[in-house]
Amino acid sequence: MVELLFWPALFAYGEAAVAYAGDARRPGTAGRLATWGVRVGWLLQTALLIVQAARADGFPWATWAGSLNLFVWLVVSVYLVWGCRTRYRLLGLAVMPLAAVLLVLARLGGGTGDTGHSNYSTVFLVLHVGLLSLAFAAFTLAAGLSALYLWQERRLKGRRPGGLLGRAPSLLTLETLSGRTIAVAVPALTAGIVAGLVRLRRDGGGVDALMAVTLGTWLVYTAYLVLRWEAGWRGRRAAYLALAGFALVIVARVGLQLTHFS
Amino acid sequence: MNLTLVGLSHQATPIAVRERAFVPLPQAAELARELAAEGEAVCLSTCNRTELYLVGDQAERRALDALAAISRLSEDELRGVVYRLTDEAAALHLFRVAAGLDSMVPGEGEILGQVRSAFEAGATGPVLDRLFRQALHGGKKVRAETAIAESPASVSSAAAALAQQVFGQLEGCRVMLVGAGHVAELSARSLAARGAQIAFVANRSPERAEALAARFGGTGVPLEGATERLAEIDVLVSSTGAPGRAFGRAEVESALRGRKGRPLFLIDLAVPRDLDAAIHELDGCFLYDIDDLESVVAASLAGRRREAGRAEAIVAEEADRFRDWQASREVVPAIASLRAWAEEIRAAELARARGRLGLSESQHAAVESVTAQIVNKLLHLPTVRLKEAAAGAEGGSYAQALRHLFGLGDDDKR
Repeated sequence: MVELLFWPALFAYGEAAVAYAGDARRPGTAGRLATWGVRVGWLLQTALLIVQAARADGFPWATWAGSLNLFVWLVVSVYLVWGCRTRYRLLGLAVMPLAAVLLVLARLGGGTGDTGHSNYSTVFLVLHVGLLSLAFAAFTLAAGLSALYLWQERRLKGRRPGGLLGRAPSLLTLETLSGRTIAVAVPALTAGIVAGLVRLRRDGGGVDALMAVTLGTWLVYTAYLVLRWEAGWRGRRAAYLALAGFALVIVARVGLQLTHFS
Repeated sequence: MNLTLVGLSHQATPIAVRERAFVPLPQAAELARELAAEGEAVCLSTCNRTELYLVGDQAERRALDALAAISRLSEDELRGVVYRLTDEAAALHLFRVAAGLDSMVPGEGEILGQVRSAFEAGATGPVLDRLFRQALHGGKKVRAETAIAESPASVSSAAAALAQQVFGQLEGCRVMLVGAGHVAELSARSLAARGAQIAFVANRSPERAEALAARFGGTGVPLEGATERLAEIDVLVSSTGAPGRAFGRAEVESALRGRKGRPLFLIDLAVPRDLDAAIHELDGCFLYDIDDLESVVAASLAGRRREAGRAEAIVAEEADRFRDWQASREVVPAIASLRAWAEEIRAAELARARGRLGLSESQHAAVESVTAQIVNKLLHLPTVRLKEAAAGAEGGSYAQALRHLFGLGDDDKR
């Protein structure tokens, strides 16, 4: 059953990635095909996760590959909220190839099949993993938006808007969406960290490097929000800060595999 | 079917002639009604073209007379500038016009609305109704499926499009015009049409500033007071052309502090330039001068021309569909006549045989069924072949041959 859902989901994401590339070259039908690829792929992956959850004994995405599978689903979910609009198709060009590649990695690590018994079965752990994954997915999208902002700002500064006019979201929209996405993700990250700390206090144990990186990530994104609201940090500086935070997210994701799942 | 187009356009006719041949919409409706007394007629008249689409006898003659009467040009004078197209060529021409492919700026959007207005004001029948509906459909399809109309085609629209690229929707965006001349007004119109609010007009002459501001619901301010307003606006359009800079980098930099990171878009349309080029280096500031805007327009027009190839393919598809429809109009009545003729013979022969042979009800039903099947089988292949021929150019000739061979009259041709 999971096989029947995995391959079509991967195919749909792959089709969306290719179609987004086609749309960037020549807008029109390819863009619509990409949007449908995202929608269909997301539905299939949702079904895959439901089947995994129904068959699992405990939290089904407790391995690094399983968490990657969940992470891909969350990234595509957040993207689906507004990403399928015509003006955000350029962002899809970055998101969907990433989603397809990460899904393949999740598959290679065995995270898309039946999961069996899991040690991550307490409510605290489920909350911890779920909330951190959600926050990291949102930060990934915010990084994509910030990168798109910098790319577009550079073209406008270079006075070479070219084919960009009318096809990409405006600077202000990208900036606002990135800020809102981070504003939603930081509370999720905070709650996830608190859940992890509660468990740590109950079970005993010290703070490891991964936890330090996660706390660093929290600090960067919290600083982003404070500077944005209090000091009016917008535009290029805010985009660079969001990307700096994302660099820590990548470290945390890779570190997760090395420290928690090795 | 005999669709005829007689017209003149910017392609070969100077403005001096085009303006004489221009027909305002109410008169175009009246002219169409007059010309449609012997068929169907639509008059499409814009600043770039005046075209008469007619269906009926003597269409070319009547169209030329009408054009001569409108423009008060002699037939000889007209002969050098008008084009005459018929059937497929006329249809293809209208599809290209509606798609903006025959416009001065490829893909310009206004023409589609003008074609629609002409159609609505026209006196149409089955042919022109189909032709214009298909032209409108094709025009919309070209704009939806290609990027031909996406990019700006004039300096003022390029400035507005760039402002949209920074702010998104311009509703709520506040604009200050520095200079109250014609150039400033054109830009203001373009920005206001996209929802921007012309908040301030600054000019050396306060009266002119007030007058222009009043036209857009804004406030006139003295030129010296413009710097203070920088923190309150999103877009600045400067076009004084007076010697000396209107704004330097330091003034804009200090205004940015009060903007809480909100970007500022500056358009310098003046020669010599009003704004210090170093303003563009400030974070969150985007300064475009007249050269920058003109290169944006040039790149955009080149892009439109590249898209024109794809648009031509869509238009050609529409023309093919129209040709098929035209052909089927000739063939379908011929097929219907053939089948009616065969059915008539079958029914007459069956009635005669029934009396002669003394068939019972069940026997009659059986013979009825057999004869119907024979007729159907005999006519199946010719019907299929005729429908196939209708898709090609020879559909009309086949229909004519059929009528001739079987003695089918023309009177039932629909």
